[in-house]
Amino acid sequence: MLDELRELYQEVILDHGKNPRNFRDVEDATSQAHGSNPLCGDQLVVYVKVGDDDIIQDVSFVGKGCAISMASASMMTELVRGKTIDGANHMFDHVHHMCTGEGEDVDVTEFGEDADRIGVLSGVREFPVRVKCATLAWHTLKAAMEGKEEASSEA
Amino acid sequence: MSDGATVTKDSTDIYDVERYRRDFPILSKPMNGKPLVFLDSAASAQKPRQVIDAMRYVYENEYANVHRGAYALSADTTTAYEGARTKVRDFLNAAHSREIIFTKNATESINLVANTFGRDSLKAGDEIIISTMEHHSNIVPWQMLRDQMGLVLKAVPITDDGEFMMAEYEKMLSSKTKLVAITHTSNALGTVTPAAEIVEKAHAVGAKVLLDGSQAVVHMPVDVQALDADFYVFTGHKLYGPSGVGVLYGKETLLDAMPPFMGGGEMIAQVTLEKSTWAALPNKFEAGTPMIAQAIGLGAAVDYVTEIGMDRIRAHEQDLLTYATQRLSAVEGLKILGTAPVKAAVISFTLGDIHPHDISSIIDRAGVACRAGHHCAQLVMDRFGVVGTTRASFGLYNTRAEADALAEALETAREFFG
Ligand SMILES: Cc1ncc(COP(=O)(O)O)c(C=O)c1O
Repeated sequence: MLDELRELYQEVILDHGKNPRNFRDVEDATSQAHGSNPLCGDQLVVYVKVGDDDIIQDVSFVGKGCAISMASASMMTELVRGKTIDGANHMFDHVHHMCTGEGEDVDVTEFGEDADRIGVLSGVREFPVRVKCATLAWHTLKAAMEGKEEASSEA
Repeated sequence: MSDGATVTKDSTDIYDVERYRRDFPILSKPMNGKPLVFLDSAASAQKPRQVIDAMRYVYENEYANVHRGAYALSADTTTAYEGARTKVRDFLNAAHSREIIFTKNATESINLVANTFGRDSLKAGDEIIISTMEHHSNIVPWQMLRDQMGLVLKAVPITDDGEFMMAEYEKMLSSKTKLVAITHTSNALGTVTPAAEIVEKAHAVGAKVLLDGSQAVVHMPVDVQALDADFYVFTGHKLYGPSGVGVLYGKETLLDAMPPFMGGGEMIAQVTLEKSTWAALPNKFEAGTPMIAQAIGLGAAVDYVTEIGMDRIRAHEQDLLTYATQRLSAVEGLKILGTAPVKAAVISFTLGDIHPHDISSIIDRAGVACRAGHHCAQLVMDRFGVVGTTRASFGLYNTRAEADALAEALETAREFFG
């Protein structure tokens, strides 16, 4: 029992869950979106600042949620900063595929060292009811990049 | 689980929980490789073989539409369906079977009252009183009606223990109050409300009262005449019956005066193109083919709990409540929400700042099923300043050993997030 749980709640997740990084707003954000998981009432807002060169200069979030959703959001902000919108979208596709088994399998070589860090979230596959916790922040980021104001983990 | 049996009032009368557990096939199925510890009956209860068999029997032996065919089979089905109504009448001690309306669930029962009684006898400026302890199904229909008709909706607050604030209620009551809709037992906190007193005070200002008994009928004997409730609703699936059937009890004079809810077959006396006339009670409120097998299944569930005895079920569950409350209180960082002196066996709690979903995933691996979240009672969550809680709810088949299993699983959760 504890082994499976350790797969889900890896040290990195527990750490990010307790001490989320970039847990703040971005004053000069170019866009932001609100995400909610109607199942549990978890809520978060993701802020992004994208430069003229399409590069994500800053990204942050605020909100309330379980360890998985907080950790996923926190790790996401670290992972996508400095990436292009295209690059961030690829990462979204990969996370989505990895957690749900849906969509295209993404060639992870393009993520280099980041691939392992993203892989930490793959434990949710064994916990179907928790998949939405892991993907909420990513859906919200995607919504923000697309100029939408609302995202739902149902998306 | 030798400590599962508890002694009830009559000390010769042992509550044989192991025997009842064997009636529920699902309870012997493992969950995540562990024996299932099912502590979520407040969301929906498991079904005894007696209910499953009764429904199977209908389909295999006496199934046809009700109130329609002149042939024997249809007459048999009708007898069984109406038999279920009589069982519910006895269960609630209603004066007449025609005061028992079968609906889809408690939600539909409440919407029925809002859309018939509410629309017909309320007018702009009239007031409806609910409480902040209500399930969303006893809030939203009244909000919708308020917005459509220009009504005023007020909510009686609750104390830090989760008790209904009678003094505040008294202040809200006036000649403008036309309806009071209050839960008889809170699904989120377990609080049993002083329903008879609530009814009496409402009647004193001429208001009618709807009691939401969804969580009450499963834990204790209920007598709608003793309560003097005008409307009383509950849902079948929490009473060990099937989903898809609920009950609306209404006083005959009220139901008679109310317009129908939905139009269609079954609910009419005469139909011409110009106009239709309504069938007598209860059919007036049962448009279309009803949930035949489900109603019969609910009848079997009522028989089942009646045979055990609602007072014995209550005594058993009260023992579990006391025991589990002690066990859980000993878990470091655990805080129980809902500590009213009169409570049903429902324990909502937070554990440090661990999110309820994380708790739920961890204890699920130990085979323990608890609900995590806002329990369709966001006003309660707001009142206590939490996004959600974990809730353990106990039924007639739960044991002290299962409360131990929960407490141990929670210790594991603490270790993880410590
Ligand atoms: C107190 C209370 N009222 C009403 C309901 C609604 O029941 P249903 O969803 O079966 O209509 C519930 C069930 O969650 C409840 O606990």
